[in-house]
Amino acid sequence: MSFINYSSREINCKIVYYGPGLCGKTTNLQYIFKRMNPESRGKMISLATETERTLFFDFLPVSMGEIRGFKTRFHLYTVPGQVFYDASRRLILRGVDGVVFCADSQLTRMDANVESLENLKINMKEQGYDPDRVPLVLQYNKRDVKDGVASVSELHALLNYRNVPEFEAVATTGVGVFETLKAIIKMVLIDLKKGGR
Amino acid sequence: MDQGHFILHVKEFNEFQSVLKKLLADSHAKVVFLVDKNGSLLSSAGETADFDTTSLASLAAGNIAATGGLATLIGEKEFSILFHEGERDNMHLSVVENRLILVVIFDQRSSVGLVRLRVRRASEDLARILKSVDETARGEEEGEGVIEELTEADIETLFK
Repeated sequence: MSFINYSSREINCKIVYYGPGLCGKTTNLQYIFKRMNPESRGKMISLATETERTLFFDFLPVSMGEIRGFKTRFHLYTVPGQVFYDASRRLILRGVDGVVFCADSQLTRMDANVESLENLKINMKEQGYDPDRVPLVLQYNKRDVKDGVASVSELHALLNYRNVPEFEAVATTGVGVFETLKAIIKMVLIDLKKGGR
Repeated sequence: MDQGHFILHVKEFNEFQSVLKKLLADSHAKVVFLVDKNGSLLSSAGETADFDTTSLASLAAGNIAATGGLATLIGEKEFSILFHEGERDNMHLSVVENRLILVVIFDQRSSVGLVRLRVRRASEDLARILKSVDETARGEEEGEGVIEELTEADIETLFK
């Protein structure tokens, strides 16, 4: 649920990066944090285990400039990807305005991608959202892995059930990271204009 | 607020602000924050310059969400009050009308009993203002047009 503050003239929206464990959700946020002008982003918070696996969430607030005199701020969150953290994932989806589904392109992770996408649909329904209408962008990450990588058409057939914008990415080097972010921001603002869900 | 977005107008913002200022003074707190359950900061009062308010709002919401999850697991609706005790500063978090989170940070100049007492009174005032936010939202077509008048060209300007 976006928050519009007429006093500070701000529009705040929440974007969640979802996907299977080790697909690169945190890496996306780390790259955005590293590359964005420090004046346009806040601190990145990672609630992670000692082995740097996301335990609850990562959080990064970013500002994208003004529209019609209103500052636009986006709160980027990741969920913990590991299957057993489902209760935490459900909590983080609360109040979401848009979702980036980050898929792992490696063939060995196809089942994990499908399972995570199904889990996203279930959890969105549980939070009262229509999983066919929430702004969604797909990112096919780890395109730099040499062997055993699914083609974009295979990933599309397997995951892109709504035919939403999709991006190839290498989050470690930043390929596709900002393209994905821009796409979801556009979709969220267009959805906001339509009056939400 | 039960629609796609939560719109806070200047009038209600100022009312929130005066409740927070009164709570700050009455409870001898260092700083007081009002946050929505999704982690957006609505209003604050006190020595806010020392705090990263955006992170604080997000973590407070995460804290309430996680303890809410725990409450459900043991058959409770929610834990409506949380208290964190530090060496120097303490934090009191309470849920207002199941939608907002009131955060009070205080030190030895105050006490948890006093904070709890004053928070209860402030929560009633905040609930009343929240009701007025809802009534305003129902009374207008959709957010005074700013959002609805957005064009794709406006959105494109963000990325130039």
